[in-house]
Amino acid sequence: MVKIEDFGEFTTSWCPGCGNFPILKAVKQALVELDLAPHQVLMVSGIGQAAKLPHYMRANGFNGLHGRSLPAAQGARLANTSLKVLVNSGDGCSYGEGGNHFLAAIRRNLDITLMAHDNQIYGLTKGQASPMTMEGHKTKTQPGGVISSQFNPIAVAVGLGASWVARSFAGDIEHMVEMIKAAVNHRGFSLLDIMQPCVSFNKVNTFAWYKERCYRLPDDYDPTDWEAAMKKSQEFADGIPIGVIYRNDRPCYESRVPVLAGDPLCAREVDYDAVEAVMRRYA
Amino acid sequence: MSTASRNIVIGGEAGQGLATVGQLLTKSLARAGHAVHVTQDYMSRIRGGHNTYSIRTGPESHPAPCDAIDILVALNQETVTRHKADLAPDGVVLLDESLDAEGARALALPLKDLAPKPIFENVAALGALCGMLGLDPAVPRTLLSQNFAKKGEAVVAQNLEVLDKALEWVGGSSHGLAPLPAPGTVGEQLMMNGNEAISLGAMAAGVRCCFFYPMTPGTSIAQNLINHGGPLGIVVEQVEDEIAALNMASGSAAAGARTIVNTSGGGLALMSEAVSMLGVSETPVVIAVAQRPGPATGLPTRTEQADLNLALYAGHGEFPRAIYTPGDVPECFELTRAAFDTAEKLQSPVFVLTDQYLADSFRSVAPFEVRPATPPVLPLKTVDDPAAYKRYAFTESGVSPRLMPGFGTALVLTDSHEHTEDGHITEDIGIRNRMQEKRLRKECAIFGDIVPPQRFGAEDAELLLVSWGSTKGALREAVDLLSAAGKKAAGLHFAQVWPLNQGLFLDALKAAQRTFCVELNSTGQFAGLVRQHTGFAFDRLVLKYDGRAITAQYIVDAVLAADAA
Repeated sequence: MVKIEDFGEFTTSWCPGCGNFPILKAVKQALVELDLAPHQVLMVSGIGQAAKLPHYMRANGFNGLHGRSLPAAQGARLANTSLKVLVNSGDGCSYGEGGNHFLAAIRRNLDITLMAHDNQIYGLTKGQASPMTMEGHKTKTQPGGVISSQFNPIAVAVGLGASWVARSFAGDIEHMVEMIKAAVNHRGFSLLDIMQPCVSFNKVNTFAWYKERCYRLPDDYDPTDWEAAMKKSQEFADGIPIGVIYRNDRPCYESRVPVLAGDPLCAREVDYDAVEAVMRRYA
Repeated sequence: MSTASRNIVIGGEAGQGLATVGQLLTKSLARAGHAVHVTQDYMSRIRGGHNTYSIRTGPESHPAPCDAIDILVALNQETVTRHKADLAPDGVVLLDESLDAEGARALALPLKDLAPKPIFENVAALGALCGMLGLDPAVPRTLLSQNFAKKGEAVVAQNLEVLDKALEWVGGSSHGLAPLPAPGTVGEQLMMNGNEAISLGAMAAGVRCCFFYPMTPGTSIAQNLINHGGPLGIVVEQVEDEIAALNMASGSAAAGARTIVNTSGGGLALMSEAVSMLGVSETPVVIAVAQRPGPATGLPTRTEQADLNLALYAGHGEFPRAIYTPGDVPECFELTRAAFDTAEKLQSPVFVLTDQYLADSFRSVAPFEVRPATPPVLPLKTVDDPAAYKRYAFTESGVSPRLMPGFGTALVLTDSHEHTEDGHITEDIGIRNRMQEKRLRKECAIFGDIVPPQRFGAEDAELLLVSWGSTKGALREAVDLLSAAGKKAAGLHFAQVWPLNQGLFLDALKAAQRTFCVELNSTGQFAGLVRQHTGFAFDRLVLKYDGRAITAQYIVDAVLAADAA
């Protein structure tokens, strides 16, 4: 049995009260409940405060470049389909620098989980607007207030027919654990957008601000209804629905690529006779 | 015309099927035992424009393009107009009787009589060419039978009928060309271009993953892996952009799969940050770069060697790398396979740097030995003491045992920051210095494997010509031509340009009276690299940057002009 202690305790560089603490706790708890040991998972991230997460738990990890967590995670998954691949990175990394990779990962539908730590601000670089910062929000680099409209990852994901789309809140550990487990169990790309306060650099979207708005989707909400999900994805400033907003049964990439069936690619040996046969076709 | 070789140029618009005729003819020539060398010159468009497919062939033909045309196959009038001045003194134009030879010696084919439908005109042209060159008709017959077998017996029979008719027609004509001399006994020959050999080298190395964004002239490397890789256990994914390609590669390679990424200069520019990531995270990836002329979009379908500096310096910070520059098709195969072992020994990015000319140049080559002489260098699956495993452990060689995550309880943490031995972020001065020194020290692990420059020509040469990459064939022919003209000339070809080991070449450079560095760029990037690292300055640069392949005559003219000065 996997225990929470297996994932260790580390000193972090996060600010006291940071939303990353409860997210980390929920990740560990979900892995325990999924009975996934540290060596069976690969924690992938980009750059940002959230992206330091692989350094703060015992597990296989890949802390890559800003915005590039998804390509690296998909590459690792293709190389070794026996690894559970979980990505933790911020909203700037996932939706800003990595925007094109976000779209492509949704479309490709490899069986990985993205947990976007969404605090609607750039924390590590000290408070510039992220794609999630709301219009009019004043920052040091947007002194007149943000002009660009706010990015909507849920609507984009639902719009693209992503196979699993959910939102959670760093203030609700029990909900996050439930969502992370469901995301990991889903066969395909899972987007879990987690609203979290940045206590140092976002004075607008505070813990209280989210607490007031986040509400659990009712039991009779049907996440397989695409049109209802599109509608739900538009809610934000007046109420933020948390839970599985949309899911479908689209087959994952792995199930559609015959080469990936069987042993992990990285463990296979060269079939020289087959290479020889390819060469003879050039005669 | 040399009695032992012919230069055949097929010209026409994109979409007219000149590559189809060209490929059928080159395969027939190779199967008949002739040496074959193809230069493809095409415009960046799908239809129209003016393209050529040039075949230099014969029992002892040089693997390099040449200027004088023996047979000009004109699929349209423009081909005659553009190239008639390049015909050799006894050269001949092969064209349909509806076209005008514009005063050149010509053989006008009644294509409408020979081919019942336009779709058969390519085969009629093939028959005419095989007849003019004196090839054994059994060779193209067998090739066509195999080529069209999938389409059924009726299609095969129709094609053979057209071929025979064309052969018969040429037999009764008076083109005045002597048949090619019969080749000596040669073993089986393959017809393969540079990109195909790179793909095959990767397959022989056990490549598992290939990620790419389409970019001419690099794309066909991935295409070949898609065509043939399934049964070999290779996954190829066309990704959203080049940045994704190399970052995806960093993930698959860190997970333990041998990985190749193919691109051209513009794509490599986008990949720069990920190159640096491979450096700091000590992740082995082979990056195949088929150069084309820049800057920016430049001449998208043409050739240049102007991205050596980019391959050398792509990626911020300092870390080791290796750069192979194959000069011909066998080197594309051997050095790509070697690149995977070098990448694993160095745990760093390794480049295979070619160009459009070599990427697209079909050559007749002897089959390769696909089984390596030494077992491939691979990462570990398990370690004796999993709890003590550290991904970036300090070692004397600088090389830390590399473990694939997920096969045992040992944990692997791959990181883009400066990090501790177990992969965690650090800003400690002592560790930073030791880690940087450790990474740089790894270069020693491959120093003994550096490919020595290949020398040809006179031992006591007065003129020493240096090449790197695809200009090897032209350089070798230039040395022959200079020697025939009474010059004491030699060539030195670099199939690996980084790291440099001056012990392998500096004495030779110093011993020559005059040295020439031949490069397809406008600034002499390799000459600059040699000077930077050895202090040696070449006497002359022989440069070309018009986007077209270099010929021996171009080199000879430049060398003789400089020698006379």
